[in-house]
Amino acid sequence: MKPNYFSIPYVGWMALFVVTPIVMVFVFALTTPTGEFTLRNFSDMGLFLPVFIRSFRLAFLATVVCIVLGYPVAYLLARETTRVQRILFMLIMLPLWMNFLLRTYAWMSILENTGLLNQLLSFLSLPTVRIINTETAVVIGMVYNFLPFMILPIYSVIVKIDKNLIEAAHDLGANTFSVFRKLIAPLSIPGILSGVTMVFVPAVSAFVITQLLGGGMVFLLGDLIEMQFLGTAHNPNVGSAISIVMMLIVIVFVIVMNKFGSGEEKAVGL
Amino acid sequence: MSKELIRLSKCSMAFDGEYVLKDIDLYFKDKEFLTLLGPSGCGKTTTLRIIGGFLKPISGDVYFDGVRINDVPPHKRAVNTIFQKYALFPHLNVFENIAFGLKLQRQNGKKISKTEISERVLEMLDIVSLKGFEKRDVTLLSGGQQQRVAIARALVNRPKVLLLDEPLGALDMRLRKDMQNELKRIQQATGITFIYVTHDQEEALAMSDTIVVMENGEIQQIGTPEDIYNEPKNAFVADFIGESNILDGIMHQDGVVEIFGRKFSCLDGGFAKLEPVDVVIRPEDIDIVDSSAGMLRGTVTSITFRGVLYDIIVDFHGFKWLIQTTELYPVGADIGINIDPDGIHIMKKSSFSGMFGDYSSFSDEYENISDAEFEFEPMEDVERTEDRG
Amino acid sequence: MNKKPGFFGRFYMSIILFFLYAPIFVLIVFSFNSTRSRTVWTGFSLEWYRRLFSDGTILDAFYTTLIVAVLASVIATFIGTVAAVGFFNMRSRWRTPLTQINNIPMMNADIVTGVSLSLLFVSLGTMLSFRLGFGTLLLAHVTFCIPYVVLAIMPKLRQIDRNLVDAACDLGCTWMQAFRKVIIPEIRPGIINGLIIAFTLSIDDFVISYFTAGGNIMTLPMQIFAMTRRRVSPEINALSTILFMSVLILLIIINVRDIKQEEKLRQRTSV
Repeated sequence: MKPNYFSIPYVGWMALFVVTPIVMVFVFALTTPTGEFTLRNFSDMGLFLPVFIRSFRLAFLATVVCIVLGYPVAYLLARETTRVQRILFMLIMLPLWMNFLLRTYAWMSILENTGLLNQLLSFLSLPTVRIINTETAVVIGMVYNFLPFMILPIYSVIVKIDKNLIEAAHDLGANTFSVFRKLIAPLSIPGILSGVTMVFVPAVSAFVITQLLGGGMVFLLGDLIEMQFLGTAHNPNVGSAISIVMMLIVIVFVIVMNKFGSGEEKAVGL
Repeated sequence: MSKELIRLSKCSMAFDGEYVLKDIDLYFKDKEFLTLLGPSGCGKTTTLRIIGGFLKPISGDVYFDGVRINDVPPHKRAVNTIFQKYALFPHLNVFENIAFGLKLQRQNGKKISKTEISERVLEMLDIVSLKGFEKRDVTLLSGGQQQRVAIARALVNRPKVLLLDEPLGALDMRLRKDMQNELKRIQQATGITFIYVTHDQEEALAMSDTIVVMENGEIQQIGTPEDIYNEPKNAFVADFIGESNILDGIMHQDGVVEIFGRKFSCLDGGFAKLEPVDVVIRPEDIDIVDSSAGMLRGTVTSITFRGVLYDIIVDFHGFKWLIQTTELYPVGADIGINIDPDGIHIMKKSSFSGMFGDYSSFSDEYENISDAEFEFEPMEDVERTEDRG
Repeated sequence: MNKKPGFFGRFYMSIILFFLYAPIFVLIVFSFNSTRSRTVWTGFSLEWYRRLFSDGTILDAFYTTLIVAVLASVIATFIGTVAAVGFFNMRSRWRTPLTQINNIPMMNADIVTGVSLSLLFVSLGTMLSFRLGFGTLLLAHVTFCIPYVVLAIMPKLRQIDRNLVDAACDLGCTWMQAFRKVIIPEIRPGIINGLIIAFTLSIDDFVISYFTAGGNIMTLPMQIFAMTRRRVSPEINALSTILFMSVLILLIIINVRDIKQEEKLRQRTSV
């Protein structure tokens, strides 16, 4: 048996379980429930425009917050000694081992109107806040769940930056801030880009977080799709069309971002 | 050493349409130490990999003991290989590495017994002077020790032929010299045919029974080390093996050659009357005499001390010669030279004529030669990634 | 890096860690609460742990999750390992498009993967008369796990000295023997990594299971989701506390062992 035949079983598997399902999504999107060809599933998409806008707006917001919170963590982490790095890295990844439904559910207890946060605030005689069932709660849930996926790729890029480069930069008279601005920041762009992909895609399609922390008040694309397949609306054809439009927007977004990113890299001479 | 063991007949090899071996005809005798010598990309490693069975020639045949083996896979050939950088299995210890091949062998359908494996491995460890190293982690051994393990791993299978692909390339100068002697000793003790690939001409001269000089995918010359050194076939061989002054000459008759308008007597013959030829004069074959008494007169332009002797560059009519001498002549001195008839070697003109032999850029050339020892072979790396497909 | 983080750096790091662990801490604390409340502490009890071990629905869901995770990770690791080696030995003309297809389930939103698989299973089901259930759930899990296994193994394959395989063949191995005796041991860390990743992904997955499991079978995450729509019993807190603690202990053991091994190696090489 020649080694290049090794992949044949998996190629078959992919054809059946990766390619065919995607083809089926397209077939469903272009047909009526009775199986006739139609473009209505797409032409009626305007109906859901507010949901699209809300989903992409919240996902964008969550991604930006993840970069702002996550980048310093990755940077600080990379400056620790190897041993501390290992421990901290584990600490950051460990929460992922608890089911994300439960972690999100725990935020309910914290953010509820009579929840732990407000208990703490009233204990300190501060005014209480109403967060649960708002967009804020949903964004908090997204940031909480996806933050490690932003830290991880940025960290792995920064930690690989050649120490000699940094020393050389210091040697040439750069202070810590300019080393960061001229060297580390541009070199970490690929990490940010993959982090953005890893956060944005699940955020834009989230539906559990919205149902738990949004309480049905914040209705996003994920909820819409779920409703078409398993929920009350039940119309897989419309659901397929929504999925396709959502993924196409995401793909275009990722491609544009990577183009922009590689342009940046070229600008710093890499 | 008598019988013919392996024969390559009209073997060609090409990667992506680019020929790296062109119609090679070559045979290997039993029990001989044969070296394939040439610069990077000359086709020597490709030749070795064809014999090992890792590459199939695109045309031509490979015979082993008279049987065509083009389609025999590596694991069925009575040939073992020492790879560049040794290729020891990092997950196995020294003993397990050496026993690897034995554990796979079947004699009349039966496995080799554990005690026999253990005996043969220990015996082998003794031969390569690594007694007591059985349990060691191969990744923690020094380069020389890893080399010995690789040799033991190959030889323990009692192959008819051992292929060695630049085995000493990664070792430092001193260790290299030791291992050269060691390899020669092992070859003589075991009586196995060694086919050795190197770009180091000193190594080739010191170890081989037969040297095959290759360049551009073609064999330039086959012969004993003495033949190759004393009677190079063309300017490439003359230049690649040792130092040489290669000059244009005209053959007047058997035994008489004209260089720089002067006639010299030599021992070679068989050329047409007034045929242009390449003339090789080794730097150590030139006698320095008083400038009035010499056959040629020149000026010393530079001196390099080499320990036992001096390399001096002498300008004769604008052509720079390298001469080796034990006496010191200062820069600017006028000297004369004499050359004995047996110090002059005449070669037919070839496609390499005019490319080598002038020492006007002497120091550069010396650097190139020493660099070559540490140079990887980019050409042959390409081959390795290509044979994946 | 050049300088270790100062006070503000450490302070910031602590705040982020607090943010990451606060909900987990809350979950664990309230697993010991004596009443059902998830926000008011009423006293310590082990009541929920006791009830957990007699609650058939939760335990059933837990077993289903575990069985699917074990089967899916083992099958995915097997297929993924063989596939990765195959990909690696391919010409790049074929390898590049195939790896891109391999990446689709990783890049795609989970919900789209889940939805598309459910369309396939439902359609195949009507043709071949089977229904969504354990089989479709397992197939879906294997499908989304394989790409991660391939991803974990590829870099290890790239690290192998190509001559090692040649050396094994030279010493008498057929290609299959070389695969078993040389390639597998060399890429073993990658295989184990892939197995662990596949197992955790499978155990944690909710979205894809939700669309492919049908109505008769529930994994633990699905069970949790169903409960959150009503009111979650602290039994779930108790179960997740147990799981989290097991993982924590496991990770500590692995890391302590790694550190010890590294120190041993350092001592050995410095001698």
